[in-house]
This record gives sequence, C-alpha cells and structure tokens, in this order.
Amino acid sequence: MNSLRRNVLKGAAGAGTVAVAVAAGLLKPGQAFAVSPRTAFDARSMADAMSAMGIPSPTDSKDITIKAPDIAENGAVVPVEITSGIAGTTAIAILAEKNNTPLVADFGFKGGAEGFVSTRIKMGATSLVRAVVTAGGKTYVAAKEVKVTIGGCGG
Amino acid sequence: MAEPMRIRATMQGDVADIKVLMNHPMETGLRKDAKTGQLVPAHYITDVTATLNGATVLEAGMGGGVSRNPYLGFKVKGAKAGDKVTVNWNDNKGDKNSAEATVG
Repeated sequence: MNSLRRNVLKGAAGAGTVAVAVAAGLLKPGQAFAVSPRTAFDARSMADAMSAMGIPSPTDSKDITIKAPDIAENGAVVPVEITSGIAGTTAIAILAEKNNTPLVADFGFKGGAEGFVSTRIKMGATSLVRAVVTAGGKTYVAAKEVKVTIGGCGG
Repeated sequence: MAEPMRIRATMQGDVADIKVLMNHPMETGLRKDAKTGQLVPAHYITDVTATLNGATVLEAGMGGGVSRNPYLGFKVKGAKAGDKVTVNWNDNKGDKNSAEATVG
C-alpha cells in the first residue's frame, strides 16, 4: 500500500521534470534576439512560464519602469508601458501573474530599437504585472500590482 | 480576412516613435460564448515583426493575453524621416497581415 503510493508520487514528479526539461530545451541559451518558445505562452503558471523561457530566477531591478494603472476598471484592456533603463536591453517580456497563461507577450529588440514597449493586455484578476528584461545575457525583473475590478479573460 | 493595420511613425529628436494598431479578435480559447455556452476557439496573433528600411528592429511573440485589436508602441534610435517601417503579423490560424508606413 505504502510502496504503491511512493511509486505514484515518484512517477508524477518524474513526468513533471521531463516536461520542464523539454520546454527548457527548446530555448537555445545565449540567444540574444529571440522570442520565447510557444510552450512558454501555453504555460499555466508563472514558474512554468519562466522556466520555459529559460529564466527561472531573474534579478530584481529598479531600472525597469512599469507604467500601468493602479486600478484597472476593465481587465480586458489594461495599458502597460515598460521602459528599461538597463544598457544593452535586448528583450522585454510581460507576464500577468494570475492569468490562466501568465506570459502575455515578449519583445526582442535589434538595430537601434530602444528598451521600450507599450501595449494593452488582458488581466483575469488583480495581480502583479511583471516585466522581465534581458540585457547582456542577464535577466532582470520588476513588478507592479494592478487591481482589476472586472476580469477580462471571459469565462 | 484580416482588416487593415494602422501604423504611425513620428520622429521625436533622433528617435522614431512607432505606434501600431492591429485589427484582431485575440480570442484566448478560454472564453465561453454567452449564448451557446461553448468555448470560443483560440484565435490570436502569435508573432509580430517590425522592420526599418528592411532591417528587423522588433520581433514580438504574443499569447492570448494581449487585448483585442492589439496596440504596440516602440522606439527606434537613429531612424530618419522618410525611413520605411514595415510591420507583419501571423496568427495561430495561419492568417497574416502586413502594412508599411513612412517615418514623418
């Protein structure tokens, strides 16, 4: 009885590790100008999305500015503007922590494009909006909480 | 088929401020139709590429979390008035669209 339970647990843990490894394997490390693999967009949790992007633990940074409303009345349209003050920014990713699929969009910059992006996102519930910036092979993160009064992910 | 995309590119100092408005329903695939109760199939833009005079400046990946009729703003340093900006997108159903504008 007990040993069966052990095996089931082991099996489940094993499968999870393989899935993460496969997802991570799709991203070539050191790629300076790249968009996250589709598996990252399908990831159902913040941790899964970050590991699929190949950035499990970015450093906190004060040089990333997230301009978003403190309170968004309509979660279907939340304007978000991200400015990276970090020199040599090559990519910015936007994640909404409590969305069904947290990774909203990511942007790779090249040829004079500045570390700036402005867009509108959907948010299912009040949560942190995270901006993950890649610069010089390192990753940085900043977060801002946006309160949502009406969720915008339908359902 | 896709409706037209709007691009506005203006010079602000030595930086081109480029704003793009795409026409797209951006269905996540998680929303239920209010009348039928059925899930609305996913239909969203998956990638966007912007070029300046033919050279890629921005490559974006998107999920269903981007709002309907996506807006995208970005800045390119060292651009000049008269430069050509081209934006292309592809969606998860194989639809695509492209538009061009001149930096003014």
